[in-house]
Amino acid sequence: MEPAIQIDLKKIDDIIAHYHGNKEALLMIMQDISDIYNHVPPVIIPILVDRLGVKKSLIYGVATFYKTISLEPRGKYIVSVCTGTACHVRGAEKIADALQQKLGVQEGQTTSDRLFTLKAVRCIGCCASGPVITVNKETYGGLDRTAAEKVIDNYKQMPLNGTA
Amino acid sequence: MAILSNRESLEKFQDKLKSAKSHGKKKLVSLCAGSGCGAYGTAKVHQALMEELALQNLTEDVEVKLTGCHGFCEKGPIMVVHPQGIFYPQVKPEHMSEIVEKTIKNDELVQSLIFKDPVSKAKITLEHDIPFYKLQQRIIFGNNGLIDPTSIDDYIAVGGYSAMAKSLFDMTPEKVIAEIKKSGLRGRGGGGFPTGIKWDTCRKHHGIRYVICNADEGDPGAYMDRSLLEGNPHSVIEGMIIGAIAIGSHDGYVYVRHEYPLAVTNLTIALDKCREYGLLGKNILGSGFDFDINISRGGGAFVCGESTALMASLEGNPGRPRAKYVHTVEKGFKEGPSNLNNVETWANVPIIINKGADWYAAIGTKHSKGTKIFSLVGKVVNTGLVEVPMGTSLRKIIYDIGGGIPRKKKFKAVQTGGPSGGCIPEQFLDLGVDFDELSKVGSIMGSGGMIVMDQDTCMVDVARYFLDFLKEESCGQCNPCREGIKQMLDILTNICQGNGKEGDIELLEELGVMIQRFSLCGLGTSAPNPVLTTILYFRNEYEAHIRDKKCPAGVCKPLFYYDIDPETCTGCRSCAKKCPQEAITGDKKKPHQLDQSKCIKCGICYDTCKFDAIVIR
Repeated sequence: MEPAIQIDLKKIDDIIAHYHGNKEALLMIMQDISDIYNHVPPVIIPILVDRLGVKKSLIYGVATFYKTISLEPRGKYIVSVCTGTACHVRGAEKIADALQQKLGVQEGQTTSDRLFTLKAVRCIGCCASGPVITVNKETYGGLDRTAAEKVIDNYKQMPLNGTA
Repeated sequence: MAILSNRESLEKFQDKLKSAKSHGKKKLVSLCAGSGCGAYGTAKVHQALMEELALQNLTEDVEVKLTGCHGFCEKGPIMVVHPQGIFYPQVKPEHMSEIVEKTIKNDELVQSLIFKDPVSKAKITLEHDIPFYKLQQRIIFGNNGLIDPTSIDDYIAVGGYSAMAKSLFDMTPEKVIAEIKKSGLRGRGGGGFPTGIKWDTCRKHHGIRYVICNADEGDPGAYMDRSLLEGNPHSVIEGMIIGAIAIGSHDGYVYVRHEYPLAVTNLTIALDKCREYGLLGKNILGSGFDFDINISRGGGAFVCGESTALMASLEGNPGRPRAKYVHTVEKGFKEGPSNLNNVETWANVPIIINKGADWYAAIGTKHSKGTKIFSLVGKVVNTGLVEVPMGTSLRKIIYDIGGGIPRKKKFKAVQTGGPSGGCIPEQFLDLGVDFDELSKVGSIMGSGGMIVMDQDTCMVDVARYFLDFLKEESCGQCNPCREGIKQMLDILTNICQGNGKEGDIELLEELGVMIQRFSLCGLGTSAPNPVLTTILYFRNEYEAHIRDKKCPAGVCKPLFYYDIDPETCTGCRSCAKKCPQEAITGDKKKPHQLDQSKCIKCGICYDTCKFDAIVIR
C-alpha cells in the first residue's frame, strides 16, 4: 500500500499562479510539481483540470508523452545514467550494470527504501565528460564502475534532508 | 524606468564598462563553470580558491569569474589566469594554495600543473598556444571564456547589444534581412535552410508573428547549444531581438530542455536583466519597438526538435509533428507565422550585423558560410567543443585539434549528425565538413555532433543503439516509423545476440528504404541512416555477426570471449586484482589463466591490461 501523500494545495496554486494559470504551461507546471513530490501524484490531476480548464485526457496525454513526468512515485534521489552516443561508446552500459548491482534494482525501478530510482536517460549534454550520471540536478562525470558506486555511497551517507 | 532609455545611454554605458575594465583589478582568474567542468567539480575548486584568496587578503585585488564552457571539457575543471592567459587544466581544491601563492601573487608558474600536450608531450603554458585552441576560429564561442554569463555588463563590455542598436536605428527590417541573406547563414540545427529566406517568408505572412529559439538539443552526443546558452545567453537573446526586428514580431519563445537546468537558470537571469536595462519589453532603447521572450521548458522528447512538434509542445500539447503542407513560417505556433531557428543560428546573427555580411561570407565554403561548432567526443584524445570554419576536414578536426585516438587504438569511424546521420569510415576523413559534403557519403553534418569510434566500437551495436533510441522517441503517429523502426531493431537485436540469419542484411536495407520514403516527419525519414551507412561501410562486421557468430570489436557479449595471450602476458597481476569474479589466476611474472566459467565479460581486465595481453576471441 502506498502511504497517502499530503498535498499542500497552496503550493500547487502558487505554481499555477507563477505561470498565470496559462494552460500552455501545463508541462512546466507538472515539472514544478514533480520537483516537490518527485512525481505528479494523480490526486493532483483533478485540481489541474479545475484550475487550468483543460481536459483530464490532455493531462494524461502530456504526462505520458514526456519523459520528465512520472505519475508513479519515485525515489528521493533520481539516478539517471546518460545513454547518449558519446557515453555509450565510452561504456555507459558498464556503469548501468554496476549501478543495477549496487542498488539491487533494474533500470526504471525504485529501491525498497524509496531512496533511489534508477533511470536510463537520453543525452544530457555533458558528452566530453562521459560516461556521466546525474543524481537529481547534480552531474558526475568521467566515471568508471568504482567511481559510480562511490557516488551512490555518498548519497547513502547523507542526512535525509541533505544535498550533495 | 529602464536603465538604458536610448542608444546614447547604451553607448555611454559601454564606454564606461570598457574603461573600468582597463583600470580594474590586476589579476583575473577565469574558472569554467560549464556543465562539463561542473561535472568534474568546479564548485569545490571555486570555494577553495575564494577561501585561499581571503586567507591571503587578496580578495580585493583579484577578480574571480565563473564563466561558461571554454570548450576543452576533457581537461575540466579549467582555470585560466589573466592577463597572461596561463592555462591550468584539471584543477583540484588542493591546488589552490599553490596557484594563489605562486601564480597570482608572484607571477610564477606551478610547473606540476601546466598543461602537457598529450600528442607532442610538450608543456604549454598559455591557453592560446594549445593546439586544441590554436587551430580553431572561435567567432561564436570565443567570448564564453571571458564573460560571466550571469552578468549583462560583461556582455555589454565586449560590444554586446550594439548589433541590436544598429538594427533598430541604422537599418530597416528589409535591410537586416538582406544582410542575413547576403551572409549566406544557414540553419545550424541540421536542416541548413537559408536563414534570411526563412525570415523573409515569415515577414511576408500576416498575423501575429512569433520568433522562436529551438534549444531542445536532442541529438545524443551534441552539446554546443547547451554550452552557448549556459555560457553566453545574451548572444542568443540579441540574435532573437534582431530577428524580431527584421520579421516584425513582438513575442519570442525559447524552447529549452528541462534537462539543462543551468541553461534555464542563466537564460532566466539574462532575460530579467534585459528587461531591467530596457533591452527587452516595451519601447526598447526608446525606439518604439516592443519585444519580449518567454521560456518554455521541454519534457525530454527528441521529436520536439522537429518544428511542428516543437510548436505543438509550446502550445501545451503532446509534441507530435504534423505533415507540413503548410509551413510553420506561414502557420505555426497558435496559427501565427512562426520563425524557428536554433541556438547557434541565433548566436551568429549579432556577429553578422556587427561585422557585415561580406566579412562573414569570406569564412567557409561556397554554399556553407561562417564557422560551425562541433561536439568532438567519444574515442578521441581532446574531447570538447570545437569551432572551425565550414569546410575544415574531418582529419584536421579529429587528429590536429582532437589529438587522434587515445591509447594507440585504431580509428574506425566518426558518427556525425546524430540519429539522423551516419558513420563515416577512414577513407573519407579528408572530406571538408559542411552542409553538402557529408551527405555525399550518406551522412549529414547535422547539428554538429561528432562521435569518434575506435576498434573497440561494434558498428552493428551502434546501429542497434540508434534504433533503440529512435524506437523510444518515435511519437507513434505513422506506421512506417512506429512499426518499421521496431522491426529493424528486432532484427538488429537478434544479430547482436547471435541469432542473425542470412537475408537479414537485405531485409534491413529494404525496411530502411521503406521507412525513409513513407514516414511523416524527419525523425522517421532519417531513422534508417545509421543502419544503412554501417551496412554500406562495415558490411563485414554484420557478416561476422551473422555467419561466424563473432563480434570482432568485443561488444556483443554472446559473440566473443576474453582470453589471455600467454606470449604477451607479463604476469603483473593487475587484471587478477581487479577481476570482480576472481576468474583470473596465476603467479606473479608467469602468464595468467582466465576461467571462462566464472567470466561475466565485464571488460575490466581488458581495460586494465597495459600490455594488450587480454584478447578478444
